Amino acid sequence: MSEPVLKVDNLTIDIPMAQGTLHAVRGIDFELKRGETLCIVGESGSGKSLTSLAIMGLLSKKMRCNAARLDFSGIDLRKQSPRAMRALRGDRMAMIFQEPMTSLNPAYTIGDQLMEALQLHRPVGRAEARARAIELLGKVGITAAESRLSQYPHQLSGGLRQRVMIAMALMCEPELIIADEPTTALDVTIQAQILRLLADLQREMNMAMILVTHDLGVVARIADKVVVMYAGEVVEKGSAREIFENPRHPYTRGLLRCIPVPGKTKPGEHLGSIPGIVPSLIGKVEGCAFRSRCDVAEAACASDVPVRRTGEDHMYRCIHEVQAGAPS
Amino acid sequence: MSPTTTAEAVAPEAGTAPVLELAGVTKTYRVKQGMFSAAKPLNALGGVSLKIHRKDVLGLVGESGCGKSTLAKILLGLEAPTSGQVLIDGREVTARERTVLARRIQPIFQDPYSSLNPRKCIEDIIALPLVVHKIGDSASRAKSVARMLDLVGLPQRVLRGYPNQLSGGQRQRVAIARALVMNPEIVICDEPTSALDVSVQSQILNLLGDLREELGLTYLFISHNLAVVEHLATRVAVMYLGKIVEEAPASELFAGPRHPYTKALLESVLTPDPNLSVPDTHLGAAYPNPIDPPSGCHFHPRCAKVMDICKTTPPPHVAGPQGHVDCHLHAAPAR
Repeated sequence: MSEPVLKVDNLTIDIPMAQGTLHAVRGIDFELKRGETLCIVGESGSGKSLTSLAIMGLLSKKMRCNAARLDFSGIDLRKQSPRAMRALRGDRMAMIFQEPMTSLNPAYTIGDQLMEALQLHRPVGRAEARARAIELLGKVGITAAESRLSQYPHQLSGGLRQRVMIAMALMCEPELIIADEPTTALDVTIQAQILRLLADLQREMNMAMILVTHDLGVVARIADKVVVMYAGEVVEKGSAREIFENPRHPYTRGLLRCIPVPGKTKPGEHLGSIPGIVPSLIGKVEGCAFRSRCDVAEAACASDVPVRRTGEDHMYRCIHEVQAGAPS
Repeated sequence: MSPTTTAEAVAPEAGTAPVLELAGVTKTYRVKQGMFSAAKPLNALGGVSLKIHRKDVLGLVGESGCGKSTLAKILLGLEAPTSGQVLIDGREVTARERTVLARRIQPIFQDPYSSLNPRKCIEDIIALPLVVHKIGDSASRAKSVARMLDLVGLPQRVLRGYPNQLSGGQRQRVAIARALVMNPEIVICDEPTSALDVSVQSQILNLLGDLREELGLTYLFISHNLAVVEHLATRVAVMYLGKIVEEAPASELFAGPRHPYTKALLESVLTPDPNLSVPDTHLGAAYPNPIDPPSGCHFHPRCAKVMDICKTTPPPHVAGPQGHVDCHLHAAPAR
């Protein structure tokens, strides 16, 4: 197999606050090859969005980001100047955000914004950029692409705007694309269309894709690899099949019990739940952060938690050696 | 006028008669598209007839812009219908009797971050409906509020707290307590869990299910999450461009959807199965502009089974034993 396009090793993000340092991301690692889709799952505050922003070099200056390794196609992202990062972003790595209305500029036409995305990075003329814009709008399934170029973002529906965002991210054929909750603001029908489109384009262009989401249905359908984050830490990591069919960590198992599954959960029956709330990550965080909400927690969970591996790619962080099998 | 006397008046048929009924309700807004253009009519609701029976959970599904929220607003008395009737226990409610509606129908909204006043403490937020309707004195209100907190599973110590001190799930519990403090019969839940995290979502769904059992509540449950609707609803109504295109008992609708739009909606549900890929819903074209709806059946430009007649003639209303579907496919064969 080919070399990984992205290698993240022991990434930490600290945010200084008045009350102390908030350890938002606490040592995560993963690798991603071209053509692979990695889903980062977690609830609000788990650090999943910060992780993707750190890779793109988009963290606020106040935040302190450290990593033993943060390599993108052989480039050490830790050592790049802001100017070098700007040159990479939009060219070799691109990002799609949740709310397309706030990430498109309302004062410029779709065409201007698409063409700028290419002309910033490539020495091409207007005519060539325009042709590429029309080609990509067609690729993301927008009809009458040529007439759309002169439209403004407010004239498009939410689904169309998200398609434009995807077209813009793909203008320079990036090697890595990061999508942060790309379909959360959309209707279910449009969500299915957009996800299908992303999966098709990713295969066609042989890109590496990171999809950040809290929707386990989306993860199951689109991911090759899954990273489950809780309180800034990777609690479980593995292939999508392993995570859904043999989840090991109590948090992953709990999450899977929380969602109603047509055909499996009996209508009206009580759904599983995870009582309690996410602990504060300000100050020193010791032991398993999930222990206050975990139904199999013991005193030993307050000290260091071992990383366990089952099979080659499946790891989880728990003092218990959890047996495989679907969550009951 | 008081809710109790109305309920007693129709008590003999309670159980079979719908507690809430919409008969041919339409709502037309006038929309200006440019500074100088004349206002155009937008039919947000194009003749909706719907019956909700006591203790039912009616799931209302459809894409954004289909009129779900307009329907909720009319039921809450926040908007008056352009034509048609809203009936409670078979008795028509006129626009002037808004307070009657408000006493018996209460809402729970989607976003617990914006639906609670950040400057009021939790006790005041929950007691506000009682104050507005001038029910009880301050001592009895305090008692009601304390009872509500127990009911929704919040500790009494949050009474003096403010919304920003609570988590999303706790805020939604406050919103539920505020809705229930009036002892309503019907609760309109407008996407009550879509702003919440997965682990909190299931807690709120469980709570809504328990409260329905305990208090005999009737829900109108508006959601675009069909897995959640299937879990909670007893009946489901599918809305498209201001019309209910299919209505049936939940088990029937999910087992055998009849309208092509219902089918497409069900196909787009992403169940967490790693062996399946993202489905193709065959819903090619985008959602139509409600100001300029397609001719004939409004769904025909996106329909996988479109026929010639669909482009010109509005679909027939095909009633079945348990519900209805508005579709040419299910019309009785021509003579």
